[in-house]
Amino acid sequence: MRFTLNIWRQNGPDEKGRFVTYEAHDVSSGMSFLEMLDSVNQGLIAKGEEPVAFEQDCREGICGSCSLVINGIPHGPDRGITSCQLYMRRFSDGAVITIEPWRARAFPIIKDLVVDRRALDRIMQAGGYISVHTGGAVDGNVLLISKDQAETAMDAASCIGCGACVAACKNASAMLFVAAKVSHLALLPQGKPERTRRVKTMLEAMDREGFGSCGNQNECEAVCPKRISVRFIARFNREYLRAGIVESGLPAEPESPHAEST
Amino acid sequence: MMKLDPKIPPGPLETKWDRRRFSEKLVSPTNKRKITVIVVGTGLAGASAASTLGQLGYQVECFCFQDSPRRAHSIAAQGGINAAKNYQDDGDSVGRLFYDTIKGGDFRSREANVYRLAQVSTQIIDQCVALGIPFAREYGGQLANRSFGGVQVSRTFYCRGQTGQQLLLGAYSALCWQIDRGQVIMRPRTEMLDLVVVDGRARGIVVRDLVTGRLSVQTAHAVVLATGGYSNVYYLSTNASGSNVTATYRAWKQGAAFANPCFTQIHPTAIPPGDACQAKLTLMSESLRNDGRLWVPKMARDQRSSEDIPEAERDYFLERRYPRFGNLAPRDLASRAVKAVCDEGRGVGPGGHGVYLDFADVIAQQGVDVVRERYGNLFDMYQRITGEDAYRVPMRIYPAPHYTMGGLWVDYNLMSTIPGLFVIGEANFADHGANRLGASSLMQGLADGYFILPYTISHYLATVALSLIRDDHKESRAALRRVTSRISRLLNSKGYRTAASFHREVGKLLWNHCGMSRNAEGLKSALTAIPLLREEFWRNVMVPGSGEVFNQELEYAGRVADYLEFAELLCHDALHREESCGAHFREEYQRDEGEPQRDDGRFAHVAAWESREGESPILHKEPLAFEFVQPTTRSYQ
Ligand SMILES: Cc1cc2nc3c(=O)[nH]c(=O)nc-3n(C[C@H](O)[C@H](O)[C@H](O)COP(=O)(O)OP(=O)(O)OC[C@H]3O[C@@H](n4cnc5c(N)ncnc54)[C@H](O)[C@@H]3O)c2cc1C
Ligand code: FES
Repeated sequence: MRFTLNIWRQNGPDEKGRFVTYEAHDVSSGMSFLEMLDSVNQGLIAKGEEPVAFEQDCREGICGSCSLVINGIPHGPDRGITSCQLYMRRFSDGAVITIEPWRARAFPIIKDLVVDRRALDRIMQAGGYISVHTGGAVDGNVLLISKDQAETAMDAASCIGCGACVAACKNASAMLFVAAKVSHLALLPQGKPERTRRVKTMLEAMDREGFGSCGNQNECEAVCPKRISVRFIARFNREYLRAGIVESGLPAEPESPHAEST
Repeated sequence: MMKLDPKIPPGPLETKWDRRRFSEKLVSPTNKRKITVIVVGTGLAGASAASTLGQLGYQVECFCFQDSPRRAHSIAAQGGINAAKNYQDDGDSVGRLFYDTIKGGDFRSREANVYRLAQVSTQIIDQCVALGIPFAREYGGQLANRSFGGVQVSRTFYCRGQTGQQLLLGAYSALCWQIDRGQVIMRPRTEMLDLVVVDGRARGIVVRDLVTGRLSVQTAHAVVLATGGYSNVYYLSTNASGSNVTATYRAWKQGAAFANPCFTQIHPTAIPPGDACQAKLTLMSESLRNDGRLWVPKMARDQRSSEDIPEAERDYFLERRYPRFGNLAPRDLASRAVKAVCDEGRGVGPGGHGVYLDFADVIAQQGVDVVRERYGNLFDMYQRITGEDAYRVPMRIYPAPHYTMGGLWVDYNLMSTIPGLFVIGEANFADHGANRLGASSLMQGLADGYFILPYTISHYLATVALSLIRDDHKESRAALRRVTSRISRLLNSKGYRTAASFHREVGKLLWNHCGMSRNAEGLKSALTAIPLLREEFWRNVMVPGSGEVFNQELEYAGRVADYLEFAELLCHDALHREESCGAHFREEYQRDEGEPQRDDGRFAHVAAWESREGESPILHKEPLAFEFVQPTTRSYQ
């Protein structure tokens, strides 16, 4: 197979970028999208030209490094996968493919297709944890957690932090990312003591980092490689409301643990 | 002269660790604030260590090469983590986990280390639950378990097929807390390229900021390496593409002994390699062997498709060779059995590099829905990569380099032969002997980082008087010069071959001569070929761009240069070990039918190698004494 690639090239955060066209020859249908890019790069390097910079590590859809907008869609045309899990058999021979970086105010471009996503780490540092010291934890079976509750927490916790949700959002909001973490921890008894503070500090950090607000368009869910549901954004909103009530001194209603574990 | 003192506490096995902890000196809280510790790596080992040291009040400087600490290679672990909780009441205990691990390692690890690992395993689970890790649960709300590779109890805790991800995100969240508190300074996209040793003690590292390309020296009172394993020396492996040997290899060059480098684990169930451009091998979880049956045609070069081969003409080779364990035989035995049938010309798929992993029986007995529920995501992944539907045709699998038991030598306190240099997680050699059992690496990484290192490093820091050293100390400047000259050599070579082409070549050489089975002749030929390849690399490698910018090809070429040196050490070690044990199989040393022949008389030792500039490395031996278990022939037949 062969392809024509329009790839975004940009030397640094303050440089002007542009599309450059490359031809990919001798591509086999069993090659992954990143292997196809590798082979283009091998050709460039052998000629002494600078290869296209792109991010990758695990190449099996779990580390969240790879981050390509392929033909306008973060992680490409298929749902529920990352760029590294896309295979060339998905494209027809001779196709023209456009490849761009994540685009968002909070993600400045470092080079070509590589962006700076440290803003997501800073949101996590603002409260995406349970403050528990090492040692002295009680036996793991002391607090029972229903299977449904654990599974729902796991659905939220499976976020890989790639930032596709931000790249897909018109407002470049990180709402799905934040909501997934807030929900994961709020669903578990261990995360409850800090839930009021957590939801506020994480939201504040998101605003501070220059992410937009949620416009309820659900593009985030559509591109999420782990298919994280926008229901968690609804849960986040309830958590936020609850935090407001708690802080105002009114009693927050006792929660029924199973009500939402669908 | 290098001295190997394992510093194992005397006395009964059960109380060694307690007594060591009690006799350790402590650092006072006010002094802790004045002490800086460097942690390189943010996988399970590094993140758990850095966060715990931060909690204790040390100033921690933490580094990783990815853009975020959460992306360390540990994230990819699928299957689970072991712990001797005995929640299933199926006869498990600390003693049994200890015995399984030491036997699984073919009696090439230290009793005291392995016992301690089994002891702290239970605390790990409690800690992880407290951190909010959503482990799988039973309907009654209790933690669920499954059984995993080569053991007969159910002691593996898991989060669907993403256990490594969840454990790492837990350790990462603990790290985030300490970063928020200012106890840990996190520097992602920063690569360690050398070690600074002052007056015989590790006092700092040279790092390259991968965004700006700037080199700098970071000094500290102690250095912890948690930089993972070196399976990528084989080019194709199940590891993330950034995993490398650079940090540990550079430390070796500065005087840290490297132990048992030839103990490399080849995992039996990965998707077979396809074409030449393939960049990595994808692991299919070992759990598939609980229900899938491995087979090949009885006849060599059988061209029929799987459904045309009648039952009587199929060889279920693991069931035949290991009737007691069948398809669940341990990794090293399973991988070699696969290789053996492929070498006989009975392999299936492109190039004959593959065997069938067949689910037809379990689908017939329990229905396709049961199989889909258990393994649906793995079947989907297989289909995405190969384009084949494993519900209808058997999967094809082939062994792949996966984990490295070897690593920098450490004593019981996890300190290397360079005082002040500690090594944890897959980067050290300590606990798995010649073969690692499934679900025990995550356990070891977290044991080292949460529960062992924080004690032992405190003792070191409490008992040495260290003056402050400056970033421009003469040893720092020397280290910086070493790195600078290496980088300019890479950039100035301006040849015509890519670093990847050399990586592929050295990987192939090792796979052929120092892979699943080895012999003296092959190893010697590799030892002749590697220096030639290295020479060609320095003459002909092409690295475009410059050093003072973001340059991924430069990062990669530097790692390949280290593989080209390290490969030689691997072969030296494999050549010296004239026995077959665990994952190390020397063709000259086998009993009937390819069963490994261990030689406890000559080789019940840890082989620790010392580096010498421009000459072959020197071998030192740490004898392994077995006081509490009797080394037996590891029979799974
Ligand atoms: C596909 C797969 C599945 C697995 N499944 C399981 C399982 O189910 N159960 C189990 O127990 N084990 C499993 N393992 C093994 C296990 O995942 C690893 O052994 C373990 O995670 C290693 O952890 P670590 O903390 O030692 O190192 P890693 O997680 O490899 O982390 C290394 C860290 O060091 C950093 N680093 C490396 N070099 C440098 C440098 N020069 N400068 C700066 N930073 C550097 C990296 O950035 C990274 O942060 C699996 C392995 C693979 C490949
Ligand atoms: S490279 Fe890790 S998710 Fe794609």
